[in-house]
Amino acid sequence: MSDSQTNRLPLVLFGIYLLLYAGFIVINLFATELMELTPFAGVNLAIWYGFGLIVAAILLAFIYGVTGSRHDAQANEAAENKEASK
Amino acid sequence: MIYEPSVLAVVVFFAFVGVTLGLSFWLGGKAKTSEGYFSAHGQIPWFINGVAFAGDYLSAASFLGICGMIAFYGYDGFLYSIGYLAGWIVALFIVAEPMKRLGKFTFADALNSKFNSPGIQIAAGLSTLVVSVFYLIPQMVGAGVLVTPLLGFPHWVGVVLVGVTVILIVVTAGMVSTTWVQFLKGSLLVIFSALLTFMLMNRGFETSEGGADGHKLRTLGPFSAETLEDDLGKDKTTEDWSVIPSDAAWEETPFVRLKNNEGAITVWKKESTEADKFLLTEAQSLTKTTEGTVVVNGLIKGSKKGEPELHPVGHISKLPGGQEKTGPLGLLSFFSTLQESEIVLWPKTVIKEEDGSTTTVYYQKPTPGSQVLRPGEHPRFKGIRSNNPIDKLNFVSLMLALFCGTASLPHILIRYYTVKDEAAARKSTIVGIVTIGFFYILSLYMGLGAMTSGALDVTNSNMAAPLLARSIAEWLFAAISAIAFTTVLGTVSGLILASAGAVTHDLMGHLLHVKMNDAEQVRVAKISSVVVGVLAIILGILFKDMNVSYLVGWAFSVAASANLPSLIMLLFWKKTTSQGIIAALIVGMVSSLGWILLSEDTFTKVYGLSADAALVPFSQPGIVTIPLGFLILIAVSLMTQPKKKL
Repeated sequence: MSDSQTNRLPLVLFGIYLLLYAGFIVINLFATELMELTPFAGVNLAIWYGFGLIVAAILLAFIYGVTGSRHDAQANEAAENKEASK
Repeated sequence: MIYEPSVLAVVVFFAFVGVTLGLSFWLGGKAKTSEGYFSAHGQIPWFINGVAFAGDYLSAASFLGICGMIAFYGYDGFLYSIGYLAGWIVALFIVAEPMKRLGKFTFADALNSKFNSPGIQIAAGLSTLVVSVFYLIPQMVGAGVLVTPLLGFPHWVGVVLVGVTVILIVVTAGMVSTTWVQFLKGSLLVIFSALLTFMLMNRGFETSEGGADGHKLRTLGPFSAETLEDDLGKDKTTEDWSVIPSDAAWEETPFVRLKNNEGAITVWKKESTEADKFLLTEAQSLTKTTEGTVVVNGLIKGSKKGEPELHPVGHISKLPGGQEKTGPLGLLSFFSTLQESEIVLWPKTVIKEEDGSTTTVYYQKPTPGSQVLRPGEHPRFKGIRSNNPIDKLNFVSLMLALFCGTASLPHILIRYYTVKDEAAARKSTIVGIVTIGFFYILSLYMGLGAMTSGALDVTNSNMAAPLLARSIAEWLFAAISAIAFTTVLGTVSGLILASAGAVTHDLMGHLLHVKMNDAEQVRVAKISSVVVGVLAIILGILFKDMNVSYLVGWAFSVAASANLPSLIMLLFWKKTTSQGIIAALIVGMVSSLGWILLSEDTFTKVYGLSADAALVPFSQPGIVTIPLGFLILIAVSLMTQPKKKL
């Protein structure tokens, strides 16, 4: 992954979460009754969406963590190679 | 309720505090320099720092306030959990790595990294102090709330106990000990909350006619208004009772007061049935007379078990399919069962009597589970179900402040300097998100468990989680209360340390132009810690009656309005100038503070004035003051661009 891609990644992930969070607020404000529907296992959408936001935050954090670690490893390797070639 | 301390609770409590202090003294030797004192030499392992983030963040508001709000109002308290966690996304993706890269000791260092401006250092230092003090108040109030049932001490003793212990921790060893205390507390909080949730689900739900003390809440009638007194006389249990005529204070209320043959006055709520008929359901009342006497349910409040007190509440009146008991429940069947049940909630009405006394009536409100589990039932979230755009704006404003506030809290920001590099800052934030997210999921189970535990104290929503634990086992109550107390200790230590850093680095050096060597810096920081600690004790006593999570909302709004615009624009807009940052910090801080002080919530809850007298249209400032901070920064920066050399 290039540097520019790594720099863009956190902003993309942030944008995805922002959309999910904004969606939650918009449904609450303008389609409140949707939150009372029980789409699965007798549990209402308000709980599914709320838990979904928490799980989404954890998943996005992991994605960032894994890609960030790979990038750190590549950067360290590049630095070591540069040092060795001197 | 009357709280009597148990020996087990006291022993467990002092064991926790003893271990915390012991750890602090032991680690004290490791922080001799200012770098050790403020940032633990940047040598804290990322995993430890990540859990310590959770320790810092899961404050009294998260554990006591959110569980309490869910226990009394249902889903709405969980909106705070969602907003608080969402804020960590801003911290991880936008703030974490640059904060580590740009700063050294304080948030002001990062803001000032490109400019070397004394003005930025002073404005950011002031903002850190203001936000920290605002955040300290609810923590100290929470400490007092906890100590009352645990040790039987009055509220102020709890506040002083926390204040003194925290001052000892911070003065002893600074960031090293604070971090390990946070790690310990964060781990224990999550582990014991998971255990509590597991035991709660294993217990399942059952129907009852009252709370855990075994008192069955009575229903009388049906009656008609004209023949009420005569009808009471026809029943053996009420034959000697009389109806107290409603005076001006009671006339417009749905309550009826009955006096029994011993002279005790009880309050009942009228529930309409068929035409012209009504039932009387038993309510609870707490009267404070002008002489200071406290009367509960018509009798002078006792001080020992067995003497008059309010009944514990929170029960399920109907389970799906007419069941009386569910047995163990799963993660999803917990909610689906509640969705189909009927739960008795306890709203309150305050009545000011003509003789100057005040009576608070707590009454039963049987509520369908589907209503408990939907958003928009708490007055603070009325915007969800209101057609009034101002109410809707208030809701959006609160959710915006929660989203933006986390990444602007000084005691969270300074934790980025305790790890060695940007990768460690990122990893520790991820650990923090996982730990905090897991806890917030548990918060919904614990809050709803408390709602149906029969153990709630109607006068004190903050005690919901510890009382839920007590309804399961005394040892669990002792452990949960002690952890909640260390929760307060941990957050308060972090805040005091952030304030001490701001005073030492930002204000003494740049505002007062005091040059200090390393040892002097540590000494000044320790003196500052004592001063801020004493201030926190005083404020904690003064704000005793305020709701903990409401107070935290203030701190988030001020932090987001004052700090976030500068942080974001510094990172993403090359034309940002030092003057722009100073203006945004000051305008954000003053406007959000001013808005809060002029709002309806503060007029009614703090000043005791009418809501109509409020000078701003809604209570939550974020939606106005956060964009204002950005606008001010952009405008001032554009006006103060450095002149290009020809």
